[in-house]
Amino acid sequence: MTWQLGRLAAAAVLALGVSATASAQTFRYAFQGDAQSLDPHGLNETFTLGFLGNVYEGLAAYDADLNLIPALAESWEVLSPTKWRFKLRRGVKFHNGNPFTADDVIFSWKRTLTEGSDQKVRGGLISDITKIDDYTIEVETPSPTPTLVRELVWLYIMDEEWAVANGATEAESPKSAETSGKFASLNANGTGPFVIESREPDVKTVFKRAPSYWKEIRSNVQEVVFTPVSQDATRVAALISGELDLAYPIPVQDWDRLEAADGVSPLTGPEARTIFLGMDQARDELLYSDIKGKNPFKDVRVRRAFAHAIDLEAIRKKVMRGASTPTGLMVAPQVNGFNPELNTPYAYDPELAKKLLAEAGYPDGFEVTMDCPNNRYVNDERICQAVAAMLAKVGIEVDVLAQPKSKYFAKVLAQNDYDTSFYLLGWTPGSMDAHNVLQNLLSCRNKETRAGLFNLGGYCNPRVDELTAQIAAETDPDRRQALIDEAFAIHKEEVGHIPLHQQPLSWGVRDGVTVAQRADNVLDFRNVVLP
Amino acid sequence: MIGFVLRRLLQSILVMLTVALIAFGLFRYVGDPINNLVGQDTSAVEREQLREKLGLDDPFLVQFARFVKNAAKGDFGISYRHRRPVAELIVERLPATLELSIVAALIALLVGVPMGVYTGLHREGFLSRSFMTLSLVGVSLPTFLIGILLILLFGVVLRWLPTFGRGEVVALGWWTTGLLTVSGLKALIMPAITLALFQMTLIMRLVRAEMLEVLRTDYIKFARARGLSNRAIHFGHALKNTLVPVITITGLQLGSIIAFAIITESVFQWPGMGLLFIQAINEVDIPVMAAYLVMIALFFVVINLAVDLLYYLVDPRLRVDRDRATGHG
Repeated sequence: MTWQLGRLAAAAVLALGVSATASAQTFRYAFQGDAQSLDPHGLNETFTLGFLGNVYEGLAAYDADLNLIPALAESWEVLSPTKWRFKLRRGVKFHNGNPFTADDVIFSWKRTLTEGSDQKVRGGLISDITKIDDYTIEVETPSPTPTLVRELVWLYIMDEEWAVANGATEAESPKSAETSGKFASLNANGTGPFVIESREPDVKTVFKRAPSYWKEIRSNVQEVVFTPVSQDATRVAALISGELDLAYPIPVQDWDRLEAADGVSPLTGPEARTIFLGMDQARDELLYSDIKGKNPFKDVRVRRAFAHAIDLEAIRKKVMRGASTPTGLMVAPQVNGFNPELNTPYAYDPELAKKLLAEAGYPDGFEVTMDCPNNRYVNDERICQAVAAMLAKVGIEVDVLAQPKSKYFAKVLAQNDYDTSFYLLGWTPGSMDAHNVLQNLLSCRNKETRAGLFNLGGYCNPRVDELTAQIAAETDPDRRQALIDEAFAIHKEEVGHIPLHQQPLSWGVRDGVTVAQRADNVLDFRNVVLP
Repeated sequence: MIGFVLRRLLQSILVMLTVALIAFGLFRYVGDPINNLVGQDTSAVEREQLREKLGLDDPFLVQFARFVKNAAKGDFGISYRHRRPVAELIVERLPATLELSIVAALIALLVGVPMGVYTGLHREGFLSRSFMTLSLVGVSLPTFLIGILLILLFGVVLRWLPTFGRGEVVALGWWTTGLLTVSGLKALIMPAITLALFQMTLIMRLVRAEMLEVLRTDYIKFARARGLSNRAIHFGHALKNTLVPVITITGLQLGSIIAFAIITESVFQWPGMGLLFIQAINEVDIPVMAAYLVMIALFFVVINLAVDLLYYLVDPRLRVDRDRATGHG
């Protein structure tokens, strides 16, 4: 068996060698923007972290189906609810040849707590790391944190010696741009399967396969050329013309074109991002409505009426070209804590909606302004317009205020005191765990604990807060799931938000190229196979 | 003459200050940069600290004064997004835009002037009529659409030319050029034509109108009576006299070619200053926006000045008139 495997591997290596010489095995792809920095702790944003995930690695990783797999840690065990032991992988080297050891993990964790770091949220989950030996560490958390390993996927490990030698011991972000260096923003040295050969921000980045990698991977790619192409039309044209092997995102309305064109196809699937509507339930009077002196959204019947007035199936068919997944939960199926039994959306029933509005004292409806981004989510503005048209049928007059994301977020987020009455937002929990959603979107707003930071409507139920705290600490999976279910059930009964759908991922791929489309919209070169 | 140049330079500083002031007045409507600088999990307190650190809480006059003070020292600040000095970014992107703009202006001139002369001389010819019809398309179709149509035809259907980017570039000191490589030249063709088309039709129509005007004048008739060859009359006498307005327009248009390269650059993902500016708007990168606008104002001012000076060279009458007007007669 072992002998056979060895022969197979030898054959594979041989085949790889031959094909590598036959063609350069260059993979060319484009995204709408560029990674913001090469510093793995400078910005906590999906594309940047996904891009860097080909060069840097965390203690754990996600595979093609978003299952948690060991990476720089070989294994881990829970010693007590607040203490974990990680066995680190031996024989791993950074691209500059330095060996990976426990010191690098401790250094990287401390680096996430420096001033310029945008990863303080993750670093802050850990109160101390003790080095047992070079390949064993014990991690202590200030409170029980069952999602710790999932969070550590995105906490990339940097070589301490390299960082010290180049004056990059502090995370680099605009906060520190004037004081600290920028070496780590422009250079990278990780343990991943690729190294960055050259980079011109916003123009072109070239990756080369690392000479050795600690793990066997599917990919036969030797070189990756990444170009950001901001215009949708140009990106699609470049893909069809054969200049790219992969481009994303592809506008939903261009799918037919890709299918009709020779040599390329759209690659679509559900993203783990849930799009939902929220309503201001905190103020005593709505900021943008013709109802004065009271807030209709404080009445659960009004919120329920809204939920029943929106036809998710019509949005799926008409706006999303059949590619969205209507949902009744605030988390997607890929997210830990999702329960299919709770995922039935509110039934579309305009008559019931009218009845509920009449019961609540608004038989003729009312006016409200809806805040909506127009360049953040797939067809975001058109979803808002569709929602407005549906609500008009039950007498609610919705004035859609659609703006670019920079203006939209500046208006509705905490720093502008949640200046909205009715809004559309999307959310992918970074940890792929329901607790992130409960904490950020469903908890009562609390400036000190940071809970409910993105709970723009101010939904608040103390029982949900209590459950969220328990979920954070519960390590038994079954008991934890029961708590999550209870919290989501309460939220659903009270119509805290109105979930609409999981939006589709939309990539365009040259025929013959195999990639794994991960639900978090991350392109992992490890899974790219060229013909 | 020197007094005139000095006065123009002083005026230009005023123009740039005004542009900067208006720009700063508008930035507050562009959005909030903070959300583009941090991830969704970053706490409210940290967001506030960052805002304070970047000086975004200050009233806009304070921000403006700070900008002017630093800009006077040649410091345009640090890009929020790239985390690098803005001046460095602009210098890096300058060659791409200038190469594209100058090639486009040359195409516009070298094709536009002969076409104008030809249509002026052969008003009723079939070729003239086709040029005129085509020029209508050039004037009325938006640059964006022309770019996309070219991409579709030559990039997607025929696959002769690359659809985006600048190809391979060669570095000559700090200047990067795409003019020395095959892929660089191929990549330049479509964006340059897209950018040149509007100016080309403008120049063609201008030259045509001027030619028609000039050909009716007496001195052309006398030249014919003297028995000069058509060639000498058309190019030696007529064309030369049409050039004053053509120089003005071409000069002024060079400014707009550089400024409006924004659209062409974003269609073709051409890594120049225009693209940098568009990305800066999307990310609310205020230092880059401010520096770019002030620099474009500077370009316009300098080009206007150069055009005025060129007048002196081309038209002897202006030299006399201006000197007399300013009292040096």
